[in-house]
Order: sequence, then structure tokens, then C-alpha cells
Amino acid sequence: MREIALTVTVNGDRLSRTVEARRTLADFLRDDLSLTGTHLGCEHGVCGACTVLLDGDAVRSCLMFAVQADGAEVTTIEGLSERNGELTPIQAAFQAEHGLQCGFCTPGFVVSAHAFLEEHPNPSDEEIRDALSGNLCRCTGYQGIIAAVKRAAENGRSS
Amino acid sequence: MTAGRFMGQAIARSEDPRLLTGRGRFIADVVVPGASDAAFLRSEVARGRITGLDVEAARSAPGVRAVYTAADLNPLVHQTSLSGMPDAPFPPKYCLAQDDVRYVGDPIAIVIAENRYLAEDAVELIELDIDVQDPVIDVDAARDGKGDLVHPEIGTNTPQVIPLFGDPDLEQAFADAADVVRDTIVMHRYVQVPMECRGIIADWDPYGEALTVWSATQSVHEVQAFLAGLLGINSNKIRVLQPDVGGGFGQKMMIGRDEWAVVLAATVFGRPVRWIEDRRENLTAASHARDERMDLAMALNGDGTVVAIRGEMIENIGAYQTMGSSGMGAFVAPFLTNAYKIPKVGFASEAVYTNTCGKAPYRGPFLIYAVGIEQLMDTAARQIGMDPLELRRRNVIRAEDLPYTLPSLQCFDAITPAETLEQAASMIDYDGFRDKQAAARDQGRYLGIGISLCVEPSAIAVGALGTEAAVVRMDYSGKVTVLLGSSSTGMSVVTTMRQVVAEHLGCAPDDVTVIQGDTAATPYSAGTGGSRSAVLCGNAVAQATIELRSKLTEIAADALEAAVEDLEVDDGRVFVRGTATKGMTFAELGQLAYVGHDLLGPGTTPGLEATHRYKAPPFTFSNACHICTGEVDVDTGLVRILRYVVSEDCGRMINPKVVEGQIFGGVVQGLGGVLYEHMVYDDDGNPLTSTFVDYLLPTAAEVPTIEVGHVESPGPNPLGVKGMGEGGAIASPAAVVNAVADALAPLGVTVSGSPLGPKQILDMIAAADGHFESTSS
Repeated sequence: MREIALTVTVNGDRLSRTVEARRTLADFLRDDLSLTGTHLGCEHGVCGACTVLLDGDAVRSCLMFAVQADGAEVTTIEGLSERNGELTPIQAAFQAEHGLQCGFCTPGFVVSAHAFLEEHPNPSDEEIRDALSGNLCRCTGYQGIIAAVKRAAENGRSS
Repeated sequence: MTAGRFMGQAIARSEDPRLLTGRGRFIADVVVPGASDAAFLRSEVARGRITGLDVEAARSAPGVRAVYTAADLNPLVHQTSLSGMPDAPFPPKYCLAQDDVRYVGDPIAIVIAENRYLAEDAVELIELDIDVQDPVIDVDAARDGKGDLVHPEIGTNTPQVIPLFGDPDLEQAFADAADVVRDTIVMHRYVQVPMECRGIIADWDPYGEALTVWSATQSVHEVQAFLAGLLGINSNKIRVLQPDVGGGFGQKMMIGRDEWAVVLAATVFGRPVRWIEDRRENLTAASHARDERMDLAMALNGDGTVVAIRGEMIENIGAYQTMGSSGMGAFVAPFLTNAYKIPKVGFASEAVYTNTCGKAPYRGPFLIYAVGIEQLMDTAARQIGMDPLELRRRNVIRAEDLPYTLPSLQCFDAITPAETLEQAASMIDYDGFRDKQAAARDQGRYLGIGISLCVEPSAIAVGALGTEAAVVRMDYSGKVTVLLGSSSTGMSVVTTMRQVVAEHLGCAPDDVTVIQGDTAATPYSAGTGGSRSAVLCGNAVAQATIELRSKLTEIAADALEAAVEDLEVDDGRVFVRGTATKGMTFAELGQLAYVGHDLLGPGTTPGLEATHRYKAPPFTFSNACHICTGEVDVDTGLVRILRYVVSEDCGRMINPKVVEGQIFGGVVQGLGGVLYEHMVYDDDGNPLTSTFVDYLLPTAAEVPTIEVGHVESPGPNPLGVKGMGEGGAIASPAAVVNAVADALAPLGVTVSGSPLGPKQILDMIAAADGHFESTSS
């Protein structure tokens, strides 16, 4: 299988690797870089568990080949998290609102919420629901997730 | 009911920070050195004879380390019978399809390779010839005894039949009734769909003949027990570990034939084998649920009092069901009367094999007891011209009826269905909605309201499920570790059990660590399911904590030269009541118990550890009332849920946010099942909904805001708790169906179950139109 050289910045680290052309970005992140916070829930671009930021935009890493990220900046859930034990405002809002149970879909929701709130700091409830409709959750009935994003937006406004 | 200092508080989940920051470790994240990846060749036809299987090209493909078929692995299967059902014809005694295939997805061969890409490449190289046969798909054709058999060696397509039984005067009650209401309630096939698919890693040590397994399971001890039988080795040679698990909902209670094959392959291969299921496999080959119908008849006297009910249930259990959802009839029968005083009952059921994916438990696997009668109540209300709320008020079990013994001899002693009915009706402003509904109808809009009660047989505690144990241990530094056999898949067990310990010991939840999901560390457990955690684990932890507290005060009494009765425990200290300065910290007591034991009084045992195995009654009943309102767009067939309220009674709440989270999840699974989710097969047995593009799950854009009210009546156990894991899913389907039926009733549409997607709704409206036209012309 043909291997292709790739240079990509992942969570601030610039990396050069050689990967098979067919290797998905999700598998590259998970298996080659051990960034296992990016989850695979369907591998056909519907569930959103594998959502990462590509040059700031939320994308499905299961629908991209790693080589398509050549030259780009990729940010995963690990890159959106502090390493000092503190939760970010969005993560803290998810905990406060019980926005997760099993936690499998959660990194995808946090990444999606991050991208959404960057662009829509004052969202309506309707906009929050629409923005989150690309991520599937089976545990929470979305109640706590919607409340968490709302809370994070409100906290963002007050800070 | 008054909340405790920690019990009853909406404490933030200690599980969350890891999971929120990408530090969860799920089965696909577990690294076992030297592990190879497995992929399966699966049948693409529903029924047929295997006439050729050549794996040589696959064996020599790049990166392939082994390929095994039935010929290699099936002879290694020792025993697959389940505890409590040793003579049942299921599960089968083989893991891979041997001579024939019996559903689309049936595993035929397992390829083990350097990575999953190469394993899947090699699967493509396997040459398979199948002589396709007509499949058994239609349930009624399957059960008539004349056609083909799904499992010829079993000799029948109906392995579990409960003939009609019940009150001897049942037929007379129907004959004497003022009104008899009949309906056939259908629950279509839909699926558990945990967001994480299944997965297993097996590491066989041929020298010690020991096995280590990491499994995305709801029950590590069940996996251990099953594998001991499968391999014919001692259970204490098997260690099963549960990583974080991304939901189970019943699908992960038992491991499937493909998972057996992974473990057997690892024993032959002699190096670790990992299998991570993909979504297509999960949707088509893991397990399915629901797919049942019940012919119901209800006899009422002239004032709307229900005097008898009869239910005849048919379940499609697919080809390879797992225990728990095979023949749910025995679990449905005792509860057919749900929350109502109905003196006469009759019941029959049949479980039917078809050439489709097998059935496994799914959150409230016996839920048709409530889904059926709750729809029938509305049908009856329309038929006799009474409001469905009023009909329920006339028949619901009330406080003054308790203890109430059902015709099945099950006894309800601590439930509040009438109270939840009134609370929910008040929350949704039932009468006010009826006014709005009438006004909307004048404008050509179709609004409806649906009520559904449920008494949930929670905390299922029969046989191996009957007990749970906890070890509560304080170490030399005064910190507490709880060893619990549970295998939580998102149920917040760690957080809630920390609250139980803190409340009963007198420390902070943060001082408590809970270990679960490891057979090497934890007491035997039936796992996490059946709405069992609060009652079984909660009481085990509480009792063990109380015993630990006694040991603690016994040691402190020696050291403080005080009587045990005069001691109090709070904030990590034991002290003399009224003299807070005269006391010792947990850390000091820990030192004394483990290091300074020579100073302990005579008769005082060193160490600080207590174990308690709690035995629960067979069921602990919780209850709820769901009411939702919705609008049906009669041009597009789209249903929009307007409001959804739940009034529930799960006894004393350990953590209200956790209770509500369970309800929210259950409600949306029920609502999704009725309105969006539908696992469809064509006539040839091909699954047509094998991706999330076709199998539609509800998203944040569709779900309503769910409002929850609590009625707290203490449960019949020391902690006063009742289970609440399944009630949300049990009550919700009928609430949604009833709201749709109520909205469409003016059009002459009758609704008998689900699915209720836009197509079904438009078809029903068209059929009613036709009916009106033909009867009026």
C-alpha cells in the first residue's frame, strides 16, 4: 500500500510522518499518535464522536484521510483540555449540568460545542440544538448537553 | 423525604473530568502489547448452505497471522449453557457458522492480522459459496409449523411457548362485561445502539493456562463464568477487566458468538487478539430488540371499571437470542395489569425464531406489559366515551389499596401511581391542554396528549441477580476504598456509591475510591443492568459501611477510653459526643488499626474492613407517570413533541441529577423508538438500515425539554431506594403513541403501536380517508 509523507500540527506539535494513503485521520490520531480521546462511533460520518478541529473548523476525522490534513492544524479533545486538573469552562459546564453519562460521545460534543461557541457566543436555544444535531448521544437524552452549552455561553458572556 | 448530607444531593459526578478531557479508556483504547486485530467474514444471505469455504488466499495475504473457521474453533467449544437454564436449546454449542448460515451477519470466519485494515483486506479474499435458501422471515409463517426451520436440530421455530393460563372465570368476565375493548399492539424492531460498539481483547497464557480478557461488558463476572464454561477451564484462571464502556442498554449483558470466537482464537493463536466491532456489524449482527406484538382484550363494566384483561404475545427473537430477552413472556405475565386494579387476568406467549439478527435485552425488555395496556386504556377511553385521564383515575391503584396483591400474586407495597398521575396531569395542565387542543382543531391543527403509567419491576433480583456484595476498606491513612462487582456503563455508580459511603461513614465523598469492573478485585456480581444498582449495590455498600463504622468506633472507643455509644463520626473524625476536641482522625485510627495494633484492646480485631452481601427481594417496585403533548402535521406526517413531563417515584434518591439523567435517556430512547428508529428487513432477510444514515437516532434538534417531578416514598429496604434505570424507556413509548393517536382521532385514524414515522402516519391518514369515503358512499 502506498505511503505518503505528511506534515501536520497536532495540538500545537508539528509532526512529520509517513502514512498509508488510505489511513483515516481518526486512525492516525488514535493509533499513530495515541490521542485516543477522539472516538469512533460509526466511521461513516454521522455520530460525531470523532469530531476534531481542522484549522479551527469542526470536522469528522473518520471521513478524512490523514494525508488530507497535510499542512493543517489539527486540535483534538486533548488539545482543548488543560493538563493541570482544571476543566475548561465548556467542560465544567458539562459536569455541572450532568451533560454526560457513559462519556463515549462526550469528546465529540465538547469539540463541537467549542467550535460553535467560538462563532456564536450568544446562541439561542434553537441554534444550540441545531448546532449539536450533528452529534449523537444515547445516554442523556441531550437534556444536560443542551443545558451545558447554554451555561457555557452564559458564563462566556459574563466573563 | 429529607435529603441527607450527601444522599439526595446533586453532587457532581467524579467520573466526568477524565471523560470530558479525552482521558477515558474504552476498549478500543486499551493497549495490550503484541495484540493482533480481528475481522469477521459474515454471511450476506439470511439462510443457506455453505458449499464452499476457501481461506487459503486470506491466510497468505499481507499482514495476516491466522484465519480460523468453524472447523478450527467449533470443536473447542466446551459448554455454552447459562446458569439457571442448563437445558435450554440456546445459546448454540458453536461459535462460527458450520454448514449453513442463519441470518445476515452470521459469523463464518475470523481473520487475525497485524491491523484492522489488513484483516479486512484479507476477509475480502475468502472464497465463500452459499446455496441460498428461502429464509424464514415472517413470524406467522415461522410459527405455523409447516414451513422451514431456522434451527433444524431444535425441531421447532417456537422454542418457548406459554399456553393461555389465568383466571378460570376469565371468559365469563368478558361475556358479562358492558364493554369489551380489543387491540393488537405492535412494537416494531429497534435496537439498543450503544454509542460504543462491542469489543473484546483476549490474552491467553499457555504456560499458566490462564486467560485475561478486557471486555466492553455490563458484567465482568458473567463474562468470566461464561468463558470458564466455553473453554472448560476453572473460573479462577480467568480475569475479566472492564474498561470504560460507552453504553450497553442490555446489549452488553452477554457476549455473543463472535466474541466467543475471538477468545477461542486467542487460545489457539497463543498471542493476544483484539476485536473492535464496527457500526455496521453492531446494527446488523450484534443484537436487536422489541419486535413483538400482543393481542389484548379488556373487559369493563358500565362505569369504566376494568374487570379483566387478556394478553397474547408473540415475540420475534431472531436466530440467536441471548438469555434475558428470549421468551420474555414469563416476565410480562405477572405485570400485565401494570398500575391498575384488574382482578382477572389471562396470558399466553410464544417466542419465535426467524432468520434475522437475534434478540438481546434492551432497557425494559419486558416493557410490552406497560406499552400494551397503556395504549389499550386510551383505546378503551375512546370506545366508551370517557377521557383517558378519568378512566385511569377510576382504575389506578391508590395508597389506600396498599399492600395490593396482583392476580399474579406479586405484591405492591410501596408505590404511588395515583400520586404520580395527578402530579403529571397538574404539571402539564391537562385540562388547559384540552382547551388548547379544541381551539387548535378549529384551526385545522392536530394536537394530542398521551398518558402512560408504569410500575417498574426494578432491582431484578432472581437467581444469580439476587445479591450484590461490597467490600469497604479503610487503609492505614484513613482513606476508603470500595470494591464493588458492578460494571457501570455510564450509570454514575462511582459517584452515587461514594455518596452512600460518605453519608453512612461520616467523611467526604472525595475520601472514597470505588473500584469496579475487575473480577480479580471485586466480589461476585451479576453486573450492571435490570435497574439493580441503587437497590442491590446501594444497600450492600451502606451495610458494609455501617459495619466498617462499627469497627472504627470500637477501635476509637479503646483509644479514647469512651463508650462506643458516646462516639460520633463526622468529617473524617471519631469524637466523643459533646466534646469535639476529644477525638481521633480516620488517619490516626488507620495507623492504630494496621500499625499500632498492639495498643488495641483485648478482643478488638486489627484492620478496618467490612464485607456485606445484600440479598434483595425478587423485585423492588418503582413507578412513574409520563404525559406528553404533540402535534401531527397531517400534510407531512411529521410528529413534533410539544411538552414531555414525567412524575416518578424511585424512593429515596441518592442523587437527583443521576435519577433525572436515567429518566431523560430512557424517555428519548422510547420516543426515538416510536418516531424515528426502525430496523427494517426486506423479504429476503436483508437488513436495510445498516448505517446511521438509514437507522435514525433522535438528535438534540428533535427532543423536547423533559420536565421531571418527584414523588418520594421509601422503598422497602434499609436505604429506602428503588430502581429507576428502565422506567423512562418502559413508560415513554405508550405516551408518545397515545399522543399521536389522540391527535389523529378526529380523522378516524386508529393507531395500534409503532413505528410512527411520517410514512406510517400518512398511510394511516390515507387509509382512514378511504374508510370514510367508502363508508359514506
